[in-house]
Amino acid sequence: MSELLNGRGLSLVPKSDAKQGMKDYKSDQEVRWCPGCGDYAILAAVQSFVPELGLKRENMVFVSGIGCSSRFPYYMNTYGFHSIHGRAPAIATGLAASRPDLSVWVITGDGDSLSIGGNHLIHALRRNVNLNILLFNNRIYGLTKGQYSPTSEVGKITKSTPMGSLDKPFNPISLAIGAEASFVARTIDSDRKHLQSVLREAAEHNGTSLVEIYQNCNIFNDGAFDQLKDPEQRDDITLRLEHGQPIVSASKAVRRAADGGIEVVDRASVAEEEILVHDAHRADPSLAFALSRLDEPAFEHVPIGIFRSVDRPSYDEQMAAQLEEAVAQRGPGDLDNLLLAGDTWRIG
Amino acid sequence: MTKQVQQLDRVIIRFAGDSGDGMQLTGDRFTAGTAEFGNDLSTLPNFPAEIRAPAGTLPGVSSFQLHFADHDILTPGDAPNVLVAMNPAALKANLGDLPRGADIIANTDEFTKRNLQKVGYEANPLEDDSLAEWRVHPVPLTSLTVKALEGFDLSKKDAERSKNMFALGLLSWLYHRPTEATISFLETKFAKKPDIAKANIAAFTAGWNYGETTESFSVSYEIKPAPLPAGVYRNISGNQALAYGLIAASVQSKLPLFLGSYPITPASDILHELSKHKRFGIRTFQAEDEIAGVGAALGASFGGALGVTTTSGPGVALKAETIGLAVTTELPLIVVDVQRAGPSTGMPTKTEQTDLLMAMYGRNGESPLPIVAAMSPSDCFDAAVEAARLAVKYRTPVMLLSDGYLANGSEPWRVPSAAELPDISTAFATEPNDGEKFLPFKRDPETLARPWAIPGTAGLEHRIGGIEKADGTGNISYDPDNHDRMVRLRQAKIDGIAKDIPALEVDDPDGGARVLVLGWGSTYGPIAAAVRRIRKAGGKVAQAHLRHLNPLPANTGEVLKSYDKVLLPEINLGQLALLLRARFLVDIISYNRVRGLPFKAEELAGVIQDVIDSE
Repeated sequence: MSELLNGRGLSLVPKSDAKQGMKDYKSDQEVRWCPGCGDYAILAAVQSFVPELGLKRENMVFVSGIGCSSRFPYYMNTYGFHSIHGRAPAIATGLAASRPDLSVWVITGDGDSLSIGGNHLIHALRRNVNLNILLFNNRIYGLTKGQYSPTSEVGKITKSTPMGSLDKPFNPISLAIGAEASFVARTIDSDRKHLQSVLREAAEHNGTSLVEIYQNCNIFNDGAFDQLKDPEQRDDITLRLEHGQPIVSASKAVRRAADGGIEVVDRASVAEEEILVHDAHRADPSLAFALSRLDEPAFEHVPIGIFRSVDRPSYDEQMAAQLEEAVAQRGPGDLDNLLLAGDTWRIG
Repeated sequence: MTKQVQQLDRVIIRFAGDSGDGMQLTGDRFTAGTAEFGNDLSTLPNFPAEIRAPAGTLPGVSSFQLHFADHDILTPGDAPNVLVAMNPAALKANLGDLPRGADIIANTDEFTKRNLQKVGYEANPLEDDSLAEWRVHPVPLTSLTVKALEGFDLSKKDAERSKNMFALGLLSWLYHRPTEATISFLETKFAKKPDIAKANIAAFTAGWNYGETTESFSVSYEIKPAPLPAGVYRNISGNQALAYGLIAASVQSKLPLFLGSYPITPASDILHELSKHKRFGIRTFQAEDEIAGVGAALGASFGGALGVTTTSGPGVALKAETIGLAVTTELPLIVVDVQRAGPSTGMPTKTEQTDLLMAMYGRNGESPLPIVAAMSPSDCFDAAVEAARLAVKYRTPVMLLSDGYLANGSEPWRVPSAAELPDISTAFATEPNDGEKFLPFKRDPETLARPWAIPGTAGLEHRIGGIEKADGTGNISYDPDNHDRMVRLRQAKIDGIAKDIPALEVDDPDGGARVLVLGWGSTYGPIAAAVRRIRKAGGKVAQAHLRHLNPLPANTGEVLKSYDKVLLPEINLGQLALLLRARFLVDIISYNRVRGLPFKAEELAGVIQDVIDSE
């Protein structure tokens, strides 16, 4: 818990000497999601990926809110805190801001983070606290048995909306970029390789990283992301975002539009040099925001990958720096001096 | 002309003016001079919630009351002996509190037709006989100030601004206050604007000289220093004492302090104060809302910090779910509630004791927690250290109750040395506690507290959460008997704290009293002052005051049952009375007023006398 920080972000978390494997990160608790739930794939991807980071297991903490995905910490053999609905980013902020030696992960869902906890999410993102937020988006409320969520499409028929839902959904990526998050990515439960590559970049990022993971709820919203998994169409729909590479799918390409925005066109119809090259490190978030709008309204083209990854100081490193500066300027605090400061007088 | 000097044992002054007139500063400086002189004192600032209500109107009136004496005193006083009224609104708003015969020093310059109309005076009360029952000293404070500053390169408006210092100079002469500290204060405050500093000092001096020369004041007053226990003293407000108490708790527990807070009246000053002391390793986090404030504090506690959140009643309502999480995860947390008048927004700058039942029961499920209440501004320091001691030792959220009266009121405080403070440190768990295994909910047999194993400790990795936990392992459990056991264990842990707190002490110097006056929190001063009056008049009455509201001291029932009558004044509709009646089957006599103001000693003395007489 030293105040003197050498380095920043992940470099402050102690490394393990021992070789670690997936089994080291499995807790002794029985996993209790519904058979076939996308959460299993994400859990397995995380458990098999984290040993690569080589951190001391005791310095990893998983914090969650409420919902199906929020049971996640119980299954990780690390420190964990299953908290209350929507508040995980707030609780994790206090933990991460006071303990730079921890790798803190927030596990949340679309209802948890975008409905009841929306406020905490946007403020964590703007502050840039050292957190990795994994947002499992299944576009439905699962634990409460099937009401529409803030990411459900308009017109969704559910138990609470028998004539169809009325409210326009959030696009989590647009929301995060709007809050000027420093790291924003999207991946999918069924593509373990992609999921793990995004998690790696998220873990190494200094500040808050938000990773939206499309996750299938096979009970209440089965097939929500089937287009992205269907071998017939997935390669045409998926626009891969890779820094420094042209933004394309098998048949489509993204280019600057005449009206100043961006547009998706047939790949065959444009010259290679016209295709927009992805720059995840661009300081101005507006182009990343434009990319996040390409799948609106109806999943025709879905960008997958890291939308934005920019370097800016994290809240916790700045907070620690103020403490150091205060000590450097006036020395460490002394209680007797503090209590006797100001106008005093002596009696007797 | 030689002026008469009269000896007094105590005086109550109220400075009142427009919220832009600098009355709080005037009061603060008079207080500093009085403290330096060695009188005992107690203050009560009273200001509107509006930052700048329209000038000259009743809602814009701001006042500062100071009670000082040659003996130890307990309250800021019931009724002022002197009212300084800077305008007609200040006169009208405060006249009702003024006993007949009191002095009124009125700034005649502001008693213009327009200002009189603003507050509904049809005629100038300084010129008709409507104030005949008081001793009125009409003083043209504004124009005298402007005249005194003629030699300065100041606009008339800027010169007029110094009228509060003229008033301070006049009052300082009237009560023989030392002047040096105020002069050096003005020099420091306006170090970057030496002209303004000089003008204010000139106005202050002119006010003093005016008192010396004018015939409006034929008498000045002396109040001898009060004999207080030996030591170094300073004046301190409740919020400042509470902030210092939290810093002391951090030092004495060897835990870094983490404050998660959202601005709210009247608690914000604690956030401001703690933000200044980063060199103690204190992290202050201004959160996006009340819920995030307590959430971040709890997260920091999980990581091994002393997590604190500071708020007022509306904030406690929002934090309730997270406090429940702290109850069930059994982590240390201090929740400071500086109570204010409710319900809802209520009257944010006014005081009340109406959050006791919320502190006690305002969460879902069986969620007991200790409650500690401060009884005077300086006592907020000790109460904060005690709240931290319980939180750390018993791994529990603790509710620390202050209120608007304590928060902004001030009194002299004998400054303790760090060496006098208790060691409240605890040990984190570092080893497995069940053979090779670590059981995060295996309890200390004495305190029933669970081990505090913080992230970063190898081999003790574990998961906690809001779902019911199996006794010992902490794993998720829906077993009915386990739940019943855990509910009872959490209750027993809090109830057991009764063994670890002092017994309720009764003050009955003469012995033989048949009536006990019981109180809690900020009513201590008015109750004790009332009890003194009764005893002075030959009456018999016992007094006891509760610091711990949950659990109650072990002898509470015994004390209550040993009196014929128990009177309990509260600034609510009888919240503690309800708890005591239910628990001890004692028929408490409640006295309740919920006016947003502290009780007056005279008022309580009357109530106590009535109870004695009805014996």
